[in-house]
Amino acid sequence: MGEGFPILSVLVFLPLAGALLIALLPGQRVHWPAVAVRVLPGDQQASAKWIALAFAFATLVIALVLFVLFDRAGSGFQFTDTFLWVSAQDVGFDVSYAFGVDGLSMPLVLLTGLLTTIAVLISWRINVRPKEYFAWLLVLETSVLGVFTSLDLIFFFIFWELELLPMFFLINVWGSGRRSYSAMKFVLFTFFGSAFMLVGFLVMGVAAGTFDMREIQESALAGAVLPVPAIFAFIFLAFGIKLPVVPVHTWLPDAHTDAPTAASVMLAGVLLKMGGYGILRLLFTLMPETAAAADVALAILAAVSIIYGAVITVRQTDLKRLVAYSSVSHMGFVLLGVAGLGVVGMSGAAMQLVTHGLITGMLFVVVGMIYDRTHTRQISAMRGLAHYLPLLSAMLVFAGLAGLGLPALAGFVSEVTVFLGAFGRHEPQTAVALIGVLLAAGYVLWALQRSVFGPRDERWRELQDVRAWWEFLPLGALVSLIVLLGVYPSVVLDVFELGVRPIAEGIAVVQPDVVESEALEVARLGRGG
Amino acid sequence: MSTPVSEVVVWLILGLPVASFVLIAALYPVLRRYSAPAGWIAMITVGGSLGISVWLLMETINAAGQPLGFETHELVDVGSLLITIGIRLDGLTAVMMVVVTAVSFLVQVYSTGYMHGDRGYARYFAYMSLFTAAMLGLVLVDNLVVLFAFWELVGLASYLLIGFWFHKPAAAAAAKKAFLVTRAGDLGLLAALIFIWVRAGTLDIATINTEIVGAVELGLLGQTTLTLFAVGLVAGAVGKSAQFPLHIWLPDAMEGPTPVSALIHAATMVVAGVYLLGRFFPVLEASATASDLIAWIGVGTALGAGLVAVVQTDIKRVLAYSTISQIGYMMFALGTGAYAAAFFHLMTHAFFKALLFLGAGSVNHATNTFDMRRMGGLRTAMPVTYLTFVIGALSLSGVIPLAGFWSKDEILIEAWDHQRAIFALALVASGLTAFYMFRAIVLTFHGSYRGGGQLEPGGHGGDAAHPHESSWSMRGVLVLLAVPAVAAGFLTFGGEFQTWVLGALPHPKEGHFVFDLGVFLASTIVAAAGIGGAVAVYQLRLINVAALRAGRLRPVYHALESKLYMDLLVEDGLVRRFFHGGLARAMARVDEQGVDRALDGVWHASFEAGRWGRLVQNGQVQMMAVALVAGGVVVWGAVVLFWA
Repeated sequence: MGEGFPILSVLVFLPLAGALLIALLPGQRVHWPAVAVRVLPGDQQASAKWIALAFAFATLVIALVLFVLFDRAGSGFQFTDTFLWVSAQDVGFDVSYAFGVDGLSMPLVLLTGLLTTIAVLISWRINVRPKEYFAWLLVLETSVLGVFTSLDLIFFFIFWELELLPMFFLINVWGSGRRSYSAMKFVLFTFFGSAFMLVGFLVMGVAAGTFDMREIQESALAGAVLPVPAIFAFIFLAFGIKLPVVPVHTWLPDAHTDAPTAASVMLAGVLLKMGGYGILRLLFTLMPETAAAADVALAILAAVSIIYGAVITVRQTDLKRLVAYSSVSHMGFVLLGVAGLGVVGMSGAAMQLVTHGLITGMLFVVVGMIYDRTHTRQISAMRGLAHYLPLLSAMLVFAGLAGLGLPALAGFVSEVTVFLGAFGRHEPQTAVALIGVLLAAGYVLWALQRSVFGPRDERWRELQDVRAWWEFLPLGALVSLIVLLGVYPSVVLDVFELGVRPIAEGIAVVQPDVVESEALEVARLGRGG
Repeated sequence: MSTPVSEVVVWLILGLPVASFVLIAALYPVLRRYSAPAGWIAMITVGGSLGISVWLLMETINAAGQPLGFETHELVDVGSLLITIGIRLDGLTAVMMVVVTAVSFLVQVYSTGYMHGDRGYARYFAYMSLFTAAMLGLVLVDNLVVLFAFWELVGLASYLLIGFWFHKPAAAAAAKKAFLVTRAGDLGLLAALIFIWVRAGTLDIATINTEIVGAVELGLLGQTTLTLFAVGLVAGAVGKSAQFPLHIWLPDAMEGPTPVSALIHAATMVVAGVYLLGRFFPVLEASATASDLIAWIGVGTALGAGLVAVVQTDIKRVLAYSTISQIGYMMFALGTGAYAAAFFHLMTHAFFKALLFLGAGSVNHATNTFDMRRMGGLRTAMPVTYLTFVIGALSLSGVIPLAGFWSKDEILIEAWDHQRAIFALALVASGLTAFYMFRAIVLTFHGSYRGGGQLEPGGHGGDAAHPHESSWSMRGVLVLLAVPAVAAGFLTFGGEFQTWVLGALPHPKEGHFVFDLGVFLASTIVAAAGIGGAVAVYQLRLINVAALRAGRLRPVYHALESKLYMDLLVEDGLVRRFFHGGLARAMARVDEQGVDRALDGVWHASFEAGRWGRLVQNGQVQMMAVALVAGGVVVWGAVVLFWA
């Protein structure tokens, strides 16, 4: 291990390098050396965003190349990059600097690269302290990429915590509404979970003698100072808050609503995904026995989140808050799929991470663009936007329909896969969750009817529809990807299957009765008879 | 099985309207201003689809309606989940494709006249192409999940087209209502497909119809499984095909442009539920529960909607309730085992109901209204519209020898053999059909003209004070549709039509012509009574309706004019008061006041604790020094005491 070019280290730290570069820019308008004059605009605001875009885009390109080069026939972690960082075998543990991607993390890395680039583009008009803003955005990308690629619990934890810092500042400085309250709430909730997670990690690492997640076995945890279910519960608390699950979801609507658009996109698009990723990568991989035993409870939590989240969403009158609350419901599908314990359910859950990232990301982008023009987010204050903002309205309708799970768009595939994967094991929970699909149609169509449709309103006469390239690019990319994944989901689904298959197999060893479909048995018998 | 038909050609039927949609969307910036090409693109592509469909119908007729084999393609393969996409082409598919493309083509020709000058002309044809593509996909595919995908996409097209004039709040509301109500039924279909996959491991339609049904017969799979699956299918069909209690969206859907009502909400999309149950007919047959369920829902809907149609004052709503009622016929036909008759009626209905809707659209162009109280006497100003409308109404009323007679009679004969009560109810509904149709004809075309309506902003039509016949594209289509409304029934004489659709079943049978003198007499007398009654009441005014309405029949009228209170119950009661204003409101309160506050409370508590702790860390050097010394003394004392 560790041979070859450390491409993942480059990937993870490239945005951080960009952030440092931006931070080192001179604060005032300066005269660049003659060579740079042609390349960099003279004021720091413009150069900060161009640098941010260059680094975010470069990271996206690397992620894309890795995705293409990713060996679909192989298994386990690829592009690994490892060396021993702390060897403390005399007190019983190792910490290694280890990065790698497998089928589970590869698409999420790509999603992060994409959404960060989009986040930079839609922030093109930021003029309050732009240097810091773009630097924090890039730091955020590094931290999330670190979470998705770390193979060592200590590094996982460091990156997990690192994410708080940029997010806190992005909400607190560039946010709106009760931004300080929301930023603090976000930090407190996450921190609360992290404290428990750290305890869980330390207990696990010391008991197993290593923090390398590839080497930790559940059997090795038997002698830990805490019982395994307690470790599981501690770590789940952190991931559950992040996902989020009801009842620890209340940080989410506040943080999403008061964050600037780009931060909302990152928050919904990739940060929530760390919760779902963590559940699969750590809980279900490292503690399959406990996970399998917790499946009913998890499925109940999932069904409650789906329905509760959707019902509350119906009552929202602020368009952005409505989108935020819908995430609670949609992320419940992740938990439901995972609780199915099989390949289909887990693939669906993983797929839901990506599709929700794209769709909700797009919803936040569009809502942000509408807010920039109308200066309102109150649904009751909008109406008939389609008359003067036809393209932007069409984009809202598109994203909304994707959000309610319309076929041929990405969300449908993941939702149906989750349902198929979960029903065999959790019939009542899945049946209840199905109602969420109807509720989603309710809140989406209600919002569209009142904001986009309706009579012409002269207040919007002067508004300009989408014009700028930095608005077209993100919208175009998101629409194409949402359609692509809806029509040809295998692009991502096959990769995810590679990642979740070992997890499902690990669970099948301890829980051999996991059968997602009574399968062809009956059909075959029928054919014979 | 080898086949002379190339798969690509079959996909082209679907591909052409898709191409039209993509092309119009891509050229939209131009077509928004110079919109005429949009209509041509849509018409030419759907015309191409029509041509291929007719040819394929010939091919399947040669194969006695039995499926032509095609390769299926893998779409998703994850773990034990395999979703394939392929073509299922048999007599049933071919008939459906011809009906869909033929009506779609004619309606689009008509639309070039009807929608002429509309600001959204190009957008309209893009949506129409999208609809046609989705509908063709729905009848063409061989896999239940893919079918469900197209099923939802026709719902999308319906949503977009009902809300086409989105500046009208009523249209926007109706679009939302249609989507939501049908989706409630779709949940049943979704549940059914999840359920059958989990229990039987397949989503392939043919496999379900043969092997899974066979496995149930052999006792390898529980009957309950099959019944639950079938009931799920019925739920989906009830939503999409506007059957009780999910019919409430269809009358509101009349807010869409009239050609849309003709194509989507009369001829094609609303019969998707009939297609679904017909496609899974072996499953339905194997489950008596599901068969009975759909038979009673169907006949109840046929009767109830027929009653409500009698008091409607809006000509499109009369036709909407009539559609609900006629689909009820097809549904109970399926429930009573009259599979071929159901599809025969589906086909004839598609033609004469599209004709009637387009006639209503023509009237609207002349008068700027759909309110029959503002019409009257139009037969002289609009002879072509009048004549074709009467032909459509006669066909719908089941008057021999028009198309509607043959198909309706066949359903009645089978109902008579199967379940007398259903036959009796259906016969009453049949009389109501004749009554409300001729009531509409009298109110619209006879008597004296009552002035028409105001031209709405962005609306169509011209000078309502002097109504005139519509453009050639509209009149021509009415005449073209009148032909099958008269003659399509003749396909039954040699049993040809029945043979085609029966070929789609796992155990194909030879179709044959059925006729029963008793049923013929009964239905003809009832139709004549309905027509005569309508003429007597509304033309000759033998009975004073206004007095009845104000007098003894007041509660009856009130119930019927309130659409039997279904909107009140579902929209106002269930959704608005119970759900939105009650349950959801309460839960949102709990979320804000309860959960959120409680968690905030935790933080406050920890801050409080922190404040106490902070008293120590107050930064006063003196106090720290005191504490340091005191601590040192304590430690020293402890060491001395315990160690020594």
